[in-house]
Amino acid sequence: MTVTLIFLALLLGTFLTWIVRQSLNVRPWASADGPSVNESDSLPPAATPARVGLAVFLAAVTSLFALSISAYTMRMELSGDWIPLAPPPLLWLNTLLLVVGSVGLQRAWDGARRNRLAQVRSGLKLGGAATVAFIVGQLFVWMQLQAAGHHLVTNPATAFFYLITALHAVHLLGGLIAWVRAMVLASRGESMRDIHVSAELCALYWHFLLLLWFILFGMLLVT
Amino acid sequence: MARLGHEATSYAPPLEMPEMELVHPKTFIGKYVFSQDAKVIAIQYFITATSIGLVALVLSILIRLQLGFPGTFSFLDPSSYLQHVTMHGMIMVVYLLTALLLGAFGNYLIPLMCGARDMVFPWLNMLSYWTYLTAVLILVASFFVPGGPTGAGWTLYPPQAITPGTPGYDWGIILMLVSLAVFIAGFTMGGLNYVVTILQARTRGMTLMRLPLTIWGIFMATVLALLAFPALLVAALMMLMDMLAGTSFFMPTMIALGEQTGYEDGSPLLFQHLFWFFGHPEVYIVALPAFGIVSDILATHARRNIFGYRMMVWALIAIGGLSFVVWAHHMYVSGMNPYFGFLFATTTLIIAVPTALKVYNWVLTLWKGNIQLTVPMLFAIGFIFTFVNGGLSGLFLGNVTVDVPLADTYFVVGHFHMVMAVAPIMVIFGAIYHWYPKVTGRMMNDTLGKWHFWITFIGTYGIYYPMHYIGLAGVPRRYYAYGETGFIPDSVISLNAAITIAAIVVALAQLLFFYNMFHSYFRGREAGPNPWNATTLEWQTEHTPPHHGNFGRELPVVYRWAYDYGVPGARHDFIPQNVSPDDVETLPEGQEVPAR
Ligand code: HEM
Ligand SMILES: [Cu+2]
Repeated sequence: MTVTLIFLALLLGTFLTWIVRQSLNVRPWASADGPSVNESDSLPPAATPARVGLAVFLAAVTSLFALSISAYTMRMELSGDWIPLAPPPLLWLNTLLLVVGSVGLQRAWDGARRNRLAQVRSGLKLGGAATVAFIVGQLFVWMQLQAAGHHLVTNPATAFFYLITALHAVHLLGGLIAWVRAMVLASRGESMRDIHVSAELCALYWHFLLLLWFILFGMLLVT
Repeated sequence: MARLGHEATSYAPPLEMPEMELVHPKTFIGKYVFSQDAKVIAIQYFITATSIGLVALVLSILIRLQLGFPGTFSFLDPSSYLQHVTMHGMIMVVYLLTALLLGAFGNYLIPLMCGARDMVFPWLNMLSYWTYLTAVLILVASFFVPGGPTGAGWTLYPPQAITPGTPGYDWGIILMLVSLAVFIAGFTMGGLNYVVTILQARTRGMTLMRLPLTIWGIFMATVLALLAFPALLVAALMMLMDMLAGTSFFMPTMIALGEQTGYEDGSPLLFQHLFWFFGHPEVYIVALPAFGIVSDILATHARRNIFGYRMMVWALIAIGGLSFVVWAHHMYVSGMNPYFGFLFATTTLIIAVPTALKVYNWVLTLWKGNIQLTVPMLFAIGFIFTFVNGGLSGLFLGNVTVDVPLADTYFVVGHFHMVMAVAPIMVIFGAIYHWYPKVTGRMMNDTLGKWHFWITFIGTYGIYYPMHYIGLAGVPRRYYAYGETGFIPDSVISLNAAITIAAIVVALAQLLFFYNMFHSYFRGREAGPNPWNATTLEWQTEHTPPHHGNFGRELPVVYRWAYDYGVPGARHDFIPQNVSPDDVETLPEGQEVPAR
C-alpha cells in the first residue's frame, strides 16, 4: 500500500494546501458589498470544466493503478511463489508505437490551436492508428507469452502481467471513444472551438496513459 | 438603510458567468425518463435506491425473525440466512446509502445550493443514473440464478466467497462482483459531475468559504469515493479472475469438500487489505454528507449560525484524509505485525479528534439557539445522540486489545448499525422532511412525522443498544442458530426476541413515513417558496418546485455565507445569501428582533 499512500498523500496534501490558503484569512461570516474579485479564490481561467473534469478523472484512474501496483508488490511479498517473468522484447516496439500515438495527438492539438484543420486531421489519424497498432502489439505479446507456456494460471507474476496490461489497454480503448468523437468533429469540419476542446482532451489523456505505461513497463522490467 | 458588516471578502468565479446551454426536450420520455435535469435524475436515484433499500429492510426482518425465535419460522435455512445477511448489508451500504446521499441528494442540492443551472456534464449525469440502475438490476438478478445470491458476508472474503459449500459461490458471487464494478463505473461518472460542478459552476459571489456545509460534505465524500472505489474495483476484478480463470491472487492452496483445489499460495490477506482500503473510507462516504446536511438542518431550525464554520470545513477534510490510513483496524484479528496494530490503533483514535470537534460544534450551535422542534430538527438531534453512541463504541473497538475479544460479535453489529446505519438514516429522514417542500411544493404532515421520529428513534435504540450487551457476552455474529451453547445465558435469548419485536415495530413505523410522503404529495399544505425561512439559494428560486434551469432569467448573486440567522439589527431573523448589504431591512435603534 506504500505506493498508493504516497500518491494519496501528495494528492490530498496539494488539495489541503489549496483549501487552507483559500480559507485561512477569510472571514466567512462577513458579507460583501458586491461580488468583488479576488484572484486567489477563483480557479485560473485556464481551468475549464472539461480540463478539471479530466484531471479529476485522471486522479481516480491513478488511484486504480496505484492500487494495482500496491497489490502487485504485496502479492510478491506475501507468498513465496513468485517467479519473475521476463517481459517479451516486443514490448519495446509497442512502447515506441504508443509514443508515436502521443505525438500524433499532440500534433492534432497544436493544429487546433493554430486553426489548421488539415494538421488536426492528420494528427488524429496518426495518433489513432498508432494506438490501434499498440493494442494489437499487446495482443501479440500475450500470444507470445502463451506460446512460451506463460499462462494466466502459471504464476502470480504472469497473472499480474496480463491483468495490468489489460487494464492499461482498456483505458486506451476508452480513450478511443473520445478519439472517435474528435475524428467526427474534425472530418465534419465543425467549429474549431469544439475540435480544439476535443483534441486537447485526447492529447492530455494519451500523454497520461503514456506516462503510466512507462511506470508500469518499468515495474514489469525491474521485478 | 444601514449597512451590516461588510468586511469585503472575496468572490470567486468570473464576473460574467457564461450561460449554460440546457437541453429542453419536449417529449415525456425526454423530460422524465432520459432526463438530463439533475433534479429529475435525483428523483430517479431516490426512487431506485429506496426501492432496493426496502428489499434490504425485508431481508433484515426475516433475519431477525430467525434470530429472535429460532426454530419457530421456516423462512430461512442456514444457507439462505447467510445470503440474506450478505445482501442486506451490501444493499444498505452501497446501493442504498451511497446512492441516496450522493446520487439523490447530491444531484438535487449541488446545482441549487451552488447557484448553478444544472450539473456541468448533464449527459454524463444521465448516463450515471442508468448505469446505477443496471448495477441494481444485476444485483437483483442474483436472487434468481441457480444457487441464489452470494452468502459470503458483505465483506466477500475469499477463499470462502468462491469455494464450493458457500451459498452462491458460483453465479451469486459473479453477479455481485460484476454489479459492483458497474456501480463503480456509474458512480465515477456522477462523481466527476459533483466535483467539477462544485469547483466550477458556483454562481457569482459563492466563494468556497460561503458554501453551505451540505455541499462541503458531499464534496469531500465524492472525493473519497473517487479515490477509494478503485480499491474495490481492483479487488473485484482479481477475485473474478481467480474465480473464472483460475489464477491465485487471493486463493491459497487448499482442500475443499475433500478435493484439492487448483489454487496455489494466493493471499486472502491481500483481499482484506484492498477491501478495507475501500471499506473504511466508505464509512465516511456515507458519514460526511450526513455531517454536512445535519449542520445545515441544525442551523436553520435553531435559527443560529453554525458554530465554527471554518473548523467544520477543516474537520471534514481532516476526517477524509485520515480515513485512508486506518483501514487495518478491521483486520486486527486477521494477523498482523503488532507494531502495525499499534500504528493503526493510533491513527484510528486520532480520527476521533476532528469528529468530536464536529459534535461539539453541533451542540454549541444549539446552545442558546431559538430551537424549533420541527420534524427535521428532531431527526437532526436524534442523529447527534445516535452518532455519539456509535462513535463511543468505536473508540472501544479501535484498541487492539479490546477489539480482539469483541471482533465478530454482536458488539460490532451494534456499533456499526448505530454509527453508519441509524445515524445517516436519521439525517436522510431529516433531510427529506426538510427539502420535501422544495421538491414538491407541499409540506409533509407534522404529526405523522413526529410519530415517525419517536418510534424510529426509540425503536432503533431498542434494536441496537441490547446488541452491545449480547456482544459483550461473547455471542458471535453471522450465525443462523446457536443451538446448545453453554456460554449463552437465557437472558440473551429473551433479549434477542425483544430486539426482533423492536425491529418489526421500527419497520412498520416506516409505513407512516411512506404514507406521509405519498399523501402529502397530493394533500399536503402548500409550502410556499421558503417555509423554513432558510438562507441558502435553493429556497430563493423563482418557482417551487424549481423549473429546469433552477433560477429565473438571471442567476443569483451571493453576498454572504449561509448562516446569517438572528443577525443583530436586522428586521428578520434570517438574511438569504443573495441579499446584498444594501437591501437588508434594519430595525430602528434599540428595538429587538421579535421572538418567534
Ligand atoms: C431496521 C433496520 C435494520 C435491521 C433490523 C438490521 C438488522 C441486521 C442484522 C440482524 C444483521 C445480521 C447480523 C449477523 O448475523 O451478522 C445485520 C447486518 C448488517 N447490517 Fe443491518 N439492519 C438494519 C438496517 C441497516 C442499515 C440501514 C444498514 C446500512 C448501513 C445496515 C447495514 C448492515 C451491515 C453492513 C451488516 C453486516 C452484514 C455482514 O456482516 O455480512 N443495516 N443487520
Ligand atoms: Cu473502519
